[in-house]
Amino acid sequence: MTTETTKKFNIDTVEHAAKTPDTELPWAELGLKQNEFDEIVKVLGRRPTGAELAMYSVMWSEHCSYKSSKNHLRQFGEKVTEEMKKDMLVGIGENAGVTNLGDGWAVTFKIESHNSPSFVEPYQGAATGIGGIVRDIISMGARPVAVMDPLRFGAIDHPDTARVMHGAVAGIGGYGNCLGLPNIGGEMVFDSVYQGNPLVNALAVGVMRHEDIRLANASGKGNKVVLFGARTGGDGIGGASVLASESFDDTKPSKRPAVQVGDPFAEKVLIECCLELFKGSLVEGIQDLGAAGISCATSELASNGDGGMEVELTSVLLRDPTLTPGEILMSESQERMMAVVTPENIEAFEAVMDKWAVEYSWLGEVTDTGRLIITWEGEVIVDVDPRTVAHDGPVYDRPFARPEWQDSVQANSFTGSVEDAGRPSAPSELAAAVTELVASPNMCSKDWITNQYDRYVGGNTAMAFPDDAGVVRVDEETGLGVALATDANGRYTYLEPYQGAQLALAEAYRNVATSGAVPMAVSDCLNFGSPEDPDVMWQLAEAIRGLSDACMELGIPVTGGNVSLYNQTGTTPIHPSPVVAVLGKLDDVARRTPSGWREDGQAIYLLGTTAAELDGSEWSNLRGHLGGLPPKVDLAAERQLGEILINASRDGMVDAAHDLSEGGLAAALVESSLRYGVGARIALEELLERDGVDLFTALFSESQARAIVSVPRSEEVRFKDMCTARGFAHLRIGVVDAASAKLEINGVDELSLDALREAHEATLPKYFG
Amino acid sequence: MTSIPLIGEAVAVAAEPRLAGAKIGVVTFPGTLDDRDAARAVRLAGATAVPLWHADTELGDVDAVIIPGGFSYGDYLRAGAISRFAPLMTKIIDAANSDAKLPVLGICNGFQILTESHLLPGSMIKNDHLKFICRDQTLRVENANTAWTLDYADGQEIVVPLKNQDGQYIADEKTLDALEAEGRVVFRYVGFNPNGSRRDIAGISNAAGNVVGLMPHPEHAVEVGFGPESLDGIGGSDTDGLGFFTSVLNKIVGGDK
Repeated sequence: MTTETTKKFNIDTVEHAAKTPDTELPWAELGLKQNEFDEIVKVLGRRPTGAELAMYSVMWSEHCSYKSSKNHLRQFGEKVTEEMKKDMLVGIGENAGVTNLGDGWAVTFKIESHNSPSFVEPYQGAATGIGGIVRDIISMGARPVAVMDPLRFGAIDHPDTARVMHGAVAGIGGYGNCLGLPNIGGEMVFDSVYQGNPLVNALAVGVMRHEDIRLANASGKGNKVVLFGARTGGDGIGGASVLASESFDDTKPSKRPAVQVGDPFAEKVLIECCLELFKGSLVEGIQDLGAAGISCATSELASNGDGGMEVELTSVLLRDPTLTPGEILMSESQERMMAVVTPENIEAFEAVMDKWAVEYSWLGEVTDTGRLIITWEGEVIVDVDPRTVAHDGPVYDRPFARPEWQDSVQANSFTGSVEDAGRPSAPSELAAAVTELVASPNMCSKDWITNQYDRYVGGNTAMAFPDDAGVVRVDEETGLGVALATDANGRYTYLEPYQGAQLALAEAYRNVATSGAVPMAVSDCLNFGSPEDPDVMWQLAEAIRGLSDACMELGIPVTGGNVSLYNQTGTTPIHPSPVVAVLGKLDDVARRTPSGWREDGQAIYLLGTTAAELDGSEWSNLRGHLGGLPPKVDLAAERQLGEILINASRDGMVDAAHDLSEGGLAAALVESSLRYGVGARIALEELLERDGVDLFTALFSESQARAIVSVPRSEEVRFKDMCTARGFAHLRIGVVDAASAKLEINGVDELSLDALREAHEATLPKYFG
Repeated sequence: MTSIPLIGEAVAVAAEPRLAGAKIGVVTFPGTLDDRDAARAVRLAGATAVPLWHADTELGDVDAVIIPGGFSYGDYLRAGAISRFAPLMTKIIDAANSDAKLPVLGICNGFQILTESHLLPGSMIKNDHLKFICRDQTLRVENANTAWTLDYADGQEIVVPLKNQDGQYIADEKTLDALEAEGRVVFRYVGFNPNGSRRDIAGISNAAGNVVGLMPHPEHAVEVGFGPESLDGIGGSDTDGLGFFTSVLNKIVGGDK
């Protein structure tokens, strides 16, 4: 202990820790609870060293250990049939799940949150959210091929919303565009419940050949452990445990350390470099460094492999030479990867690093001792069973109970409420209502956002926003591809969490089927408030139960995801927001169905039935009302509708299809008309008669399992026969009118497409410039 | 390991026999993004795409070179400012200026690299609205006599994707006047100037017409279903960019054109 480093800080070795059991440690400041600290002492049989404490504190945080949700998340693995497992090559638990696409292709996708960092520092928070999820995808051995970003911000007119919106969108664009990954879709919701807790979720999808699947494990005694990519710096230290697990509360001292800073160029180089490593079969196991940095990578690699690893921490290349061992272990510096390499491959590995000018350092090797040993200049500062760090963290059965207020909220239906007074009914009122709806913050055009993202790069984007799903070609020879959609409705889930989560899944499923793809797999990002609040915990438990039940019923498994808790300001949580991503498969992306009609004279059909379901709707939201029960879930109908849309797409029976969701039929008709600037003539009298609803309800109800399609005349008989054979409600509601440049709905004053477009597109620029 | 290439991997596959002999190099710098797309465009046009690495010290046997888009070296200093010093760029500059007049096309970041290399005049600064912009852009072909525009007609309007952060073309008045006078403004934005470029300039050429640079991305308008949607929604402009690649091939091979 004579080197320079000892001048900067005292090294707390394992030996020292054993001799000094009474040393006070800052476990509380690191976010650990008394019982958790006691458990660490019990596991180790002594007090932890400072470095060990750092590792346990980040790995046992809510963000890394899922300690509050684990007991519930189990259902995603349990409610799975053999049929659902058929195409699952890698399930929950790895960096991302992998699904078989056929022809030797596999696809991996995952959605994650980067919520708190994106509130503190929107640009970097959102940017590194993209970076992190993309590294998860690379870690599986895949080439990332697209990203998506569901976003939820505070009220559109709140002064802070512009700060978060500008930063997050620029960050997603600035990072994602620089990686060469097309951004193919996402969501945008404004609601004051997200004012202090915006939700910035990020999804990435990657593809690979079956034989290229890589897992995060360190096997083979004597194999070398290498850290490569960016240097380790002081950014994001403690971010995982502190930033993501504590709600923002003015009464406590601020615990907001620096948000990680992203370098997309380094990430782009890292992608290419990793793919070259995979191509040459040069790595045995690989793990990205995300939350909890080296702590996470070493403990996960070691515990998933033969169970042992020795690492010399002074070998880590640093940006900041003053970092302490604990800080190095906790640092969340971006664009880093850890890999296990056989001695024979060292030379070839280094050649790839040199070609891409990527820095690397050999940290140690795999052992068979079952221990993760980390040294500092040869002195042991960590000696743990890696499983206790990575997998055996605390698990809590948090108390939960149906909130007392739930009944009164559900009893407060929109229909007949004060806010419902003066419901539009005259033709002029209905026309104004349609225009108001499509110009509203949540229903307006998202071009302001999406025009800041590159949707073309890669040359395989077959469909992107504003269509129902993003579609990417995987195989250039056959046209095989995937479709992706993400959805969530916080209002529905607030009104009834079990159903709300199912509605999110139903919508994403419907969106994928609408594009013509066969839904195959699910990834979810569960954004909720504090699990220590029994009301919130109930929302979480119900949402997970609902989602897992629905996945089982629809026959598509959850392959991975993320839980983001403590999204609340003071005692006010966000609306429970389970964001559900569904991935589907298209045998040939040329058969995809866009959301807009183009050909004059095609028949427009409405599939499904409409009930008076306005509670939680965009219309009630516009009138400032939230109460009642969300639309009824009918998963059997969703499945039937999906089959019809998929068959129709495959057999060329429809040229356009658009799902009905937020904003109901009114929003769908306007969007399908504006997509290509082609009008339509609509008559709903038969629908009103059949379903027993009035014109306003027909237009604004958000009944589920519905879609509109445009059918070429030559296919009409065949299409109707198919729907009839399946016993699915279908009704011809109109015709495409290419000449009129209008949306004409009987009983509603004429809507010119120019006026609709102006209203639709002006909203975001008005608020955000 | 698989022998089937990963999606979009730059592989050299020849197509049409008449053109198959033509080899077009596609340069990759660290941070290049659209290299696979440029290689695909070359293949779809019927020729062989040859991957070139920025650190190569020889250009090898190529008949033309494309410098694709992206963010070489992260564009952290000034777009293209570092890349121009790559060993391969020296060779490309020499070949472009030689008597053989090697055809060179710079797209987006490639255009920026060409101006930094002084193969083309002027420079690109941040878009006037300060945001990244991605849109389907209408261009007018102002000069159909360059190596890369022979298959178009003067005054023809085409739609290709545009996507950039630093796309505002600037030069001093004298340079702009000279470019106009010499017919070296090759493309102009039509209908909407997406970045504040001087005189709506989207692309220019050198005096000999073998070096062309432009901000929009013709390599993303070469395949039906994957290009820009025509503005009338009836289809037809997905492949407007293919002419760049067939132009240079026809020039190389001679023959039909």
